[in-house]
Amino acid sequence: MTKDLTTKSTYSRRDALRLMAAGSVASFVAPNLLGKPAYAQTPPTTPSGRVVVGLSQEPTVFNPLMAHIEVDDAVHFSVFDALFRIDPKGVLQPNLAAEVPSQKNGGISQDGLQWRIRLRDDVRWHDGKPFTADDVKFTLELITNPKFRAWRTGGHSLVRDIKVVSPTEITWRMESVFAPYMSFLAETFIVPKHILEKEADPNAAAFNQAPVGTGAFKWARRIAGDHIELVANTEYFGEGPYVERVVFKYIPDMTVLYTQFKSGDIDLTDQAYISADHYQEASKLPRRVVKLQPGASVESIYLNLEKPQFKDPAVRRALYAAIDRKAIIDAIYYGVGTVTETFMPQQSYYYNPDLPAQEFNLNLARKLLDEAGWLPGPDGVRGKNGVRLAFANSTTSGNNLREQVQQFLQQTFAEIGVEMTISNLPAAVMFGEFWLKSQFDSAISGVAHLIAADPDATNRLHSSAIVAKGGKGSNVGQYSNPEVDALLKKGAQTFDPEARRAIYLRVQEIVRQDLPFLPLFSATYVIGRKEGLEGSESNANTRTASWHAAGWHWKR
Amino acid sequence: MRGFLINRLCQSLVLLLIVSVIGFVVLNLIPGGPLAQFGLDPSMTQDDLNRLKEQLGLNRPLWMQYLDWAWRLVQGDWGHSFRDGASVLDVIGRHLFATLLLMGSSTIIAIAIGTWIGIRGATHRYSVFDYLATVGAMVALSIPTFWFGLVGIYVFSLQLGWLPAGNMYTIGDGSALNYMHHLILPSIVLALVHVAIWSRYMRSATLDVISQEFVKTARAKGLSERRILMKHVVGNALLPMITLAGMQLPSVLTGALVTETVFTWPGMGRLFLDSLGYSDYPVVMGLLMFSAILVVLCNLITDIVVAIIDPRIRLS
Repeated sequence: MTKDLTTKSTYSRRDALRLMAAGSVASFVAPNLLGKPAYAQTPPTTPSGRVVVGLSQEPTVFNPLMAHIEVDDAVHFSVFDALFRIDPKGVLQPNLAAEVPSQKNGGISQDGLQWRIRLRDDVRWHDGKPFTADDVKFTLELITNPKFRAWRTGGHSLVRDIKVVSPTEITWRMESVFAPYMSFLAETFIVPKHILEKEADPNAAAFNQAPVGTGAFKWARRIAGDHIELVANTEYFGEGPYVERVVFKYIPDMTVLYTQFKSGDIDLTDQAYISADHYQEASKLPRRVVKLQPGASVESIYLNLEKPQFKDPAVRRALYAAIDRKAIIDAIYYGVGTVTETFMPQQSYYYNPDLPAQEFNLNLARKLLDEAGWLPGPDGVRGKNGVRLAFANSTTSGNNLREQVQQFLQQTFAEIGVEMTISNLPAAVMFGEFWLKSQFDSAISGVAHLIAADPDATNRLHSSAIVAKGGKGSNVGQYSNPEVDALLKKGAQTFDPEARRAIYLRVQEIVRQDLPFLPLFSATYVIGRKEGLEGSESNANTRTASWHAAGWHWKR
Repeated sequence: MRGFLINRLCQSLVLLLIVSVIGFVVLNLIPGGPLAQFGLDPSMTQDDLNRLKEQLGLNRPLWMQYLDWAWRLVQGDWGHSFRDGASVLDVIGRHLFATLLLMGSSTIIAIAIGTWIGIRGATHRYSVFDYLATVGAMVALSIPTFWFGLVGIYVFSLQLGWLPAGNMYTIGDGSALNYMHHLILPSIVLALVHVAIWSRYMRSATLDVISQEFVKTARAKGLSERRILMKHVVGNALLPMITLAGMQLPSVLTGALVTETVFTWPGMGRLFLDSLGYSDYPVVMGLLMFSAILVVLCNLITDIVVAIIDPRIRLS
């Protein structure tokens, strides 16, 4: 039997029985984050046991500043720290910084241009060297080094005149006011100057294969193509770590990922989680806890608003009313999906829960079209001023579920006199110019609107972000509303979370009314863990289920 | 012999050149490219993508990229992976052991069992055993390996709990016994197809030899059937099998894509698939050249070995 070998080493049959007796009470206790353990939690005083995390893609980029994909985050969040961290409620918490700077506490000047960060004085790198403001300066400068293959440079490119005031204080000036930079810094992991400054080519540094951080876990080793092993950093300045080892196991096939979760080879499923078709079965497995977690990406029908069919808001409203979202989620997506009215993730601090709920009503849809003058032609398809209410819908070919949604929509749209044809493309073609330069009529895709969980959606919703009109960004639906433009601009220059919240609640209201895209549901993850693994609360404001491995522990 | 070698070497170099050009062009024709993985990441702006493209040298004309790559290769520099920045030879080296272990053991199983089935099928032609072997081979050949793999996992891992559901070893336990435990299911699944192929070839090769005059002579001399089989038949029947084994050899090092994926085996086949998925050009090209060189080498070695064993064949 391999079952017991792969879980924590101290697991015994008696533990299992006790666990069952404790029953559901155990799963009730919400694990706390970044600080005080919650009531009734008894994490061990010395790290013990092991957690094996399953990932369906292989993490390969370990320098957190280099261009990387979602799965790499699992390792970065465990080995490194950023200045701030974002909690599951979408609120920034200090991490390497001693406090979150604001205009109130003087960390950010009233004009928003001067920033001052105070740092903790009790942090050490895994090799024992102290962490100081010099490391922060080095990190910010490395990102904008033109030779370095950096990930995102947005925000960082505005930073000027970085000054190390003392080992625990750093200041800089921003070229222009940019409030989202605060959130960006929560995804900017600080790297050690004393190791990387010696490297002639930072892209080929040995560090990139054996990273040294300040995080709760230290790098142990990597078996390429198989797994990555981390060990507890017992000198960690924050809460935890409580487990001795974390293993990120790469399992390339979604069915096999689920099989290994079922067989007990893995303790927690991270990206891309359990596939929806296994959800019903997984939730009945003994000694496994399976939960649905709405993520940041919204599955929507994107409408190209420059096409004459979609310019009329009445058409968009009618189409929206003709979508039976419940049937789509339940019948096609195995019940895995969460209805939403907005692009804002539901775990965001800026989520607007008071938007009018969509109602599936074909009569209402017909009425809206009749009133707007879109009347049925001889072939049954509506039209107005010579424009037929007919369009193509595209998605990535080979995506079974999306193709079923298309066929379903095709039928219901036909009932209200709208003709939808299906024209699918391979992913690489679809998301090339076809998507970026708005060459589609309508498209189904899952899209995340936020960068680093900051509510600023300028890149997707501002009229200056339309590539087809010479702009920079990815407003592929060509949405343009002066009021939204103004609000987005204001929001990006406002630092106070309360004040920002009001702005983005309003943006969501307008977008819900304008319907530049028709939301189907929030992409929802099926996250499974072994019973007894505590402290693994998920956080949709990050891209990984392993965002806080420091808090994981096995129930004793 | 020397003339033969020089001739073959020149042929091989031309072949490798053609393989590399075709590989490079086809790889670059696939839509997407190495930056496609960032396409839906809202964090990466078009400027960021253009910057990366330039840093990776992907904005140069294709012929320039090829010449640059080929020139480095000639000098012994296989390039660096786009994904983790490790040198391509390192990347290949890290996956070689896993593949060698899996393919080696499955090949040994396949040859041992296949040879036995083939010879027995030929000596007991049209017997129940022969029919069963024929049907069995057809079934093994026509059912895809991933199906065998999944059924194997379902029965032996999930239902019976005898064997692990994949992986090369249990993390934290690197003992030889643990490796062997994990090796059983994937190597048998992989061997199934090879047993089928090997036994069919072996059967017809044996039949060929059995009908030869010298076997009749041996019988006339009064040798026992067993002696005839061991001394005169098997040796001769194995001769054409050396060529077959030679063709099989490269795959021992380049891996089995499907089986490695189903059993989460960190070998070369999966490395190829993953690298292709990420359009990791240096690694894909490295793997392509690696297997091309292996095929060329194994063919050469096979020819030489056959010539040494069989004095009737002269290399010229």
